[in-house]
Amino acid sequence: MTLGLALHTHAKVSGVSGVRILKVVDDDEQAELGLSAHWRARPIAGGLVAGNGEEIVLGDLRDPTVVAPGDVIRVREGSSLVSVVWRRAARTNALFTTERCNSLCLMCSQPPRDGNDDWRVAELLQTIDLIDRDEVQLGVTGGEPTLLGDGLSRVLARCGEVLPETHLHVLTNGRTFRDPAAAADWRRAGGDRTTWAVPLYADVPDIHDAVVAAPGAFDETLDGLYELARLGARVEIRVVLHAMTIPRLPQLAAYIYRRLPFVEHIALMGLEPMGLAKGNRDRLWIDPVDYQAELRSAVHHLANRGMTVSIYNLPLCVLPRSLWPFARQSISEWKNRYPDECVPCVVKDHCAGFFASAGPAWRSRAVRPLQFEELSDGLA
Amino acid sequence: MLRAIDLENTVDRRLLTNARGEYAILSRQDFALLEEGRLDGSHARYHDLLALGMIERPGRGGQGLERAALDTRKAFALEGPSLHIFVVTLRCDHACGYCQVSRAAVDASGFDMHWGDALAAIDRVFEAPAQALTVEFQGGEPALRFDLVMAIVLEIERRNAVEGRAIRFSMVSTLHHLDEDALAFCADHQIHLSTSIDGSAALHERQRPNPTKDSFARSVVSLTRARAILGHEGVAALPTLTRAAMANPRAVIDVYRDLGFGSIFLRPISPYGFALKTRRAIGYPMADFVAFYSQALDYLLDLNRQGQPMVETYASILLRHILTPFGSGYVDLRSPAGAGLGVLVYNYDGQVYPADEARMAAQTGDRRFALGSVHEPFAKLMASPAMRWLSTGAVAEALPGCGTCAFVPFCGADPVYHAAAQGDPVGDRATSEFCVKHKGLFQILFGHLAGGDPETLKTLTAWAFNRHRQEVVDAGHIAQ
Repeated sequence: MTLGLALHTHAKVSGVSGVRILKVVDDDEQAELGLSAHWRARPIAGGLVAGNGEEIVLGDLRDPTVVAPGDVIRVREGSSLVSVVWRRAARTNALFTTERCNSLCLMCSQPPRDGNDDWRVAELLQTIDLIDRDEVQLGVTGGEPTLLGDGLSRVLARCGEVLPETHLHVLTNGRTFRDPAAAADWRRAGGDRTTWAVPLYADVPDIHDAVVAAPGAFDETLDGLYELARLGARVEIRVVLHAMTIPRLPQLAAYIYRRLPFVEHIALMGLEPMGLAKGNRDRLWIDPVDYQAELRSAVHHLANRGMTVSIYNLPLCVLPRSLWPFARQSISEWKNRYPDECVPCVVKDHCAGFFASAGPAWRSRAVRPLQFEELSDGLA
Repeated sequence: MLRAIDLENTVDRRLLTNARGEYAILSRQDFALLEEGRLDGSHARYHDLLALGMIERPGRGGQGLERAALDTRKAFALEGPSLHIFVVTLRCDHACGYCQVSRAAVDASGFDMHWGDALAAIDRVFEAPAQALTVEFQGGEPALRFDLVMAIVLEIERRNAVEGRAIRFSMVSTLHHLDEDALAFCADHQIHLSTSIDGSAALHERQRPNPTKDSFARSVVSLTRARAILGHEGVAALPTLTRAAMANPRAVIDVYRDLGFGSIFLRPISPYGFALKTRRAIGYPMADFVAFYSQALDYLLDLNRQGQPMVETYASILLRHILTPFGSGYVDLRSPAGAGLGVLVYNYDGQVYPADEARMAAQTGDRRFALGSVHEPFAKLMASPAMRWLSTGAVAEALPGCGTCAFVPFCGADPVYHAAAQGDPVGDRATSEFCVKHKGLFQILFGHLAGGDPETLKTLTAWAFNRHRQEVVDAGHIAQ
């Protein structure tokens, strides 16, 4: 169980030159795996040793539970930071491709930063080589991953070579796919094991463009989606639910079925109160319990039409019972949390819970532990 | 191009549609604003109309998706004939008043399909490019030549081992002559059965007389036998609605409920295949059918509301046209028309027709409807004078009266009907019963969609998307 477990810790780091990507492998596994000493980090009491002559030492790990056998870590010369870039025990892992983005969404949980970060490609290629071969699904995230250009193709192609059974889930705003040649390259590199998850916040340009703070983005995303469809790519549509997207959510659902009937999944997602969202609370906040009518229309509209639809990031206590079958435990474990008041709740084990970052200002008035008695009524 | 029409069963609502089959329902006042170009960004409906592409905005994206939406709706046009009807015999032991020309006496000779013609027809089936094919057996009473039905099914399956098409079989039969062995063959080869029940026992036996004067009782016994072997869903039924049925819409529906059917297909009597004298006795103006249909639909909606689900099949077809972005698999209502392009009928005598109605028209002596011999290749049949003639009335969007009708994206062209009834495949919409029927039915259905009653919308949603009524916990209907 890695719920709430951080992805970073600090250590006394010595012997590192440049950046090293390492896989933590204990002696038993090493006997089986025979990993080159260059890539292996060996657990010792209180830390790790690595390198051909075990010249790299990560001693006095501040939180030793952060790093476990099988994990892939990153260390850098002159830094005490030890980062887990792939965690064996996690339900979901993602490759972080770039901090750059061509949109600036009002609720971005990972605010973009400019600057050349093409160096990430080489590190990602090393990371991919060290991921367990039986990995079921791997996210590819950013920033906007396609801003790596050909670098993204190389990352995806490498996944195809060394992790051919792994499903890739790429979060992209889709805008760059309007260039047919670039779209074809990424599509080819991603193959049929890749789903392209594209956000669409409204069925009209002014709302979508205002949410992503990028004029013209709506048109570019639609043309990108068209190219993806033409190329037979697997597409997911993602909608973040907040005060600007809720008013036209039902119409957006109708639009998706009408114009984008090829999409294989629609994820309707509760807001993550991180990053830019915090500063834009006044424009974004709506208590989820106050948008259930819109959510209900959208979900049933799509589900009745045979579309696969999921609700992410919302606790069951704010959802009407008819929407429970669509709710998923979607929050990555390292930032997932269940407050103390949830302890007596009888559906806690099936509930998405909360973002660790969600303070009282983001709490729905409907949150409460559910009891068996209230479940029995209304069950069909 | 936008098309508009007043919705007669609403207060002051107007329907607006585009070529892609997207629709908006507006008040007349808002429609006037839109027409005058005065419906601007501050108007409550502005975003709705913008999202539907009914308000233009310069340099907009998403035009690829719009083209794709139109292509998706018309994708069937490139697939070629998907419904192949084999008339294995014209003989039948029933003497139905509305079917004088498409039957022969049960002991007559020269009315069965020759095996050589059947083999040629199978060649034509596989020449059609469609991946999904339906092969339907008709008559006369095809069960009188079940040996031929079996031979054709086996030969098609043998050929399909190489061809790899998705093939579905169906047979239109009274069921009376299908014994347990024949039914077992149907079950083994997944031949779906469709039968006729016209209404109450008295009405059915008056309209569908058989030699022993017990056609209803026999149909009921045969239905039980067939369901025991094929399963309850293995047999569907539909009534031929004559003037006698018009007076009481509930009666025929109740007969279907008593017999355990989950659906009924309400069709008006076809104008071909019987003499003028008979027509005076059993026919009616199409407006009477529309009134009948409206009452029948209200009754069915009530039943569904009360937890007694029953589907009206034609409504489910029309609703699919209205509520989905996809083209219709229904060959009798689409544009370009299904005649020849979606359906081929292989008659017992080796002639090929573009529709069952064309075969009936030809039986009355009009030779213009035959595409040619079953021994001619598909390409030649498609280039026949009959196809050229009928194709002049095959594209609804280009027909006078249809080209400006707001229902046209959901409707279709029927050049065979117009040629048979009016002498010209283009036809005259002002006097067309086809048009009266479809305008009437679309008005009724859009009236319900605009009305917004939640229980009605649940039922219509279940029908359109082929779901059980109780599976639809919320219609998720989004008014637009």
